[in-house]
Amino acid sequence: MLALLGAYANAELVIDVQGVAQPTPVAIVPFGWEGNAPDMPLDVAEVINNDLRRSGRFAPISEDDMLQKPTSGEDVDFDDWGYVGVEAVVVGSVAQTGENAYTLQFQLFDVFGRRQLVGYRMPASRGTMRAAAHRAADMIYEKLTGIKGVFGTKVAYVTATRQGEARLYSLKVSDQDGENEHTIMESSDPIMSPAWSPDSRQLAYVSFEENKSSIFVQTVRTGNRFKVSSKPGINGAPAFSPDGRQLVVTLGGVDGNLDIYTLDITSRQTRRLTTHRAIDTEGTWSPDGRHIYFTSDRAGGPQVYRVSANGGTPERITFEGSYNARPRLSPDGTRLAVVHNDRGNFRIAVMNLADKNLLVLSTGRQDESPSFAPNSDILIYATRQGRDGVLETVSADGLIRQKMASGRGDVREPVWSPFPRF
Amino acid sequence: MSYTKFVAIGLLAVFLAGCQGSPSVPDPEPTDTTYGDSGASTGGMGEGGMGDGEYLDDPSAGELGMVIYFDFDSSEVRPQDQELVSRHAVQLGDKTHVSVRLEGHADERGSREYNIGLGERRAQAVRQMLMIQGVSASQISTVSFGEERPASFGSSEADYAQNRRVEIKYTN
Repeated sequence: MLALLGAYANAELVIDVQGVAQPTPVAIVPFGWEGNAPDMPLDVAEVINNDLRRSGRFAPISEDDMLQKPTSGEDVDFDDWGYVGVEAVVVGSVAQTGENAYTLQFQLFDVFGRRQLVGYRMPASRGTMRAAAHRAADMIYEKLTGIKGVFGTKVAYVTATRQGEARLYSLKVSDQDGENEHTIMESSDPIMSPAWSPDSRQLAYVSFEENKSSIFVQTVRTGNRFKVSSKPGINGAPAFSPDGRQLVVTLGGVDGNLDIYTLDITSRQTRRLTTHRAIDTEGTWSPDGRHIYFTSDRAGGPQVYRVSANGGTPERITFEGSYNARPRLSPDGTRLAVVHNDRGNFRIAVMNLADKNLLVLSTGRQDESPSFAPNSDILIYATRQGRDGVLETVSADGLIRQKMASGRGDVREPVWSPFPRF
Repeated sequence: MSYTKFVAIGLLAVFLAGCQGSPSVPDPEPTDTTYGDSGASTGGMGEGGMGDGEYLDDPSAGELGMVIYFDFDSSEVRPQDQELVSRHAVQLGDKTHVSVRLEGHADERGSREYNIGLGERRAQAVRQMLMIQGVSASQISTVSFGEERPASFGSSEADYAQNRRVEIKYTN
């Protein structure tokens, strides 16, 4: 078991988009079904299959290559699976227990060790079946890699579609695989800078309704929203504090001097953290709540600084290159993602905070808005395909890069949700 | 092209009408194709011959240019645009009940919220220039759209030059 984990966690087992290294072969056997209808409400095995394949770390084999299709652990023949060449097998079933009540169960086996690694049963409805399948994939992924899966998380992003001369801006939320997309806000004026609350129930964003910028906080499920900042001048770049009670925001005032403020969401009271006449913007909290990292061009070009959440003198963090902006910290607090000018191209880079080593992760010329997945292992960002923005994910070591399926239009500013709470 | 043709035919029509209606045929008004005013409306001669004509404003151009462009990574109003800003300052000084909204924009390169800052810096540069020339702060508001509302879609230097701008919008 330990040896297996070690092998899977090794970087040589992962692939990049060109498929240089070998992903691990696994088998997700079609799930059994007991219920009134001829088919189960959702092909659970297919969802798990796609999740593991898209992670880049696994190569699920085709159904045609399976010598047996057991739906329960007792029927798994390890010799057969060893012969086929897979290292792990997933079997499972869905059973109907009421009009809209089901039980989903699965078991994961280590073929060489001839033993079960995890088995789990959970209730589901037609509406929650997909989420349950993602949860199963998360448990499988974590057992095999030692890294928490993020298949059950969501992504928020902004799209712009042209309608003649005008444009329609939409704030959307989908599952992390692009399925299940919902529009939660639409406007003929720009929408910017979505940010998740730590409980993933709310999104803060900037809207330019009536030709001025305002910051809103909207509950994703209900669509209810309230305006939290609409001062003269710029109201921008919101990000939630780790306890969810405050936002860090950028305010410009009538004279247009952009500075970093904290804003108490309940009382609407603001506190100014920077006073420099340069552009100070794009604030984000450190996961421990102690610091706020932000972009400032006080030294000429934009670089990342940090200031104590209680105020004080900012300290410069980035020094490599002429342009480092839009900082985002990994949830484990060890790395800083930025938009970095890499020989004239704007690319996503990650800096290790301990040794200040900077690694450029993306390959476009206009990449932007990096956002860490809650497991700190993957980032999502926007890149260009022709004139439109599309979303890509990349592992924090830069080895696995994937284009996200997305709808039409110009997609930008993806933000990865925190882990869901069950 | 077809507009030019239309103007030419219009002038000819005035000319022919003049031939029929009046024994003293005036020379047509001087026409300047680059000026592009509507020749057909410059009639109005007195009994005794030509009065002083006057060019009409081109309605398609507005009275004053409404867009100020900026160099890469700069929020300085270029020398060739300072005259335009001054003419707006005079207009706003004459009509103190009128307000303007200065909309700052940036090209698409780099980070979006930082570009909001760059657009604001440009709007503020124009605002300062108007205020120095006597326009009241209460007549001016600023907004920055950063890279969110490009004038030109595309990623060439020419597109970027079109997008680094401040638009002057009269609001009443």
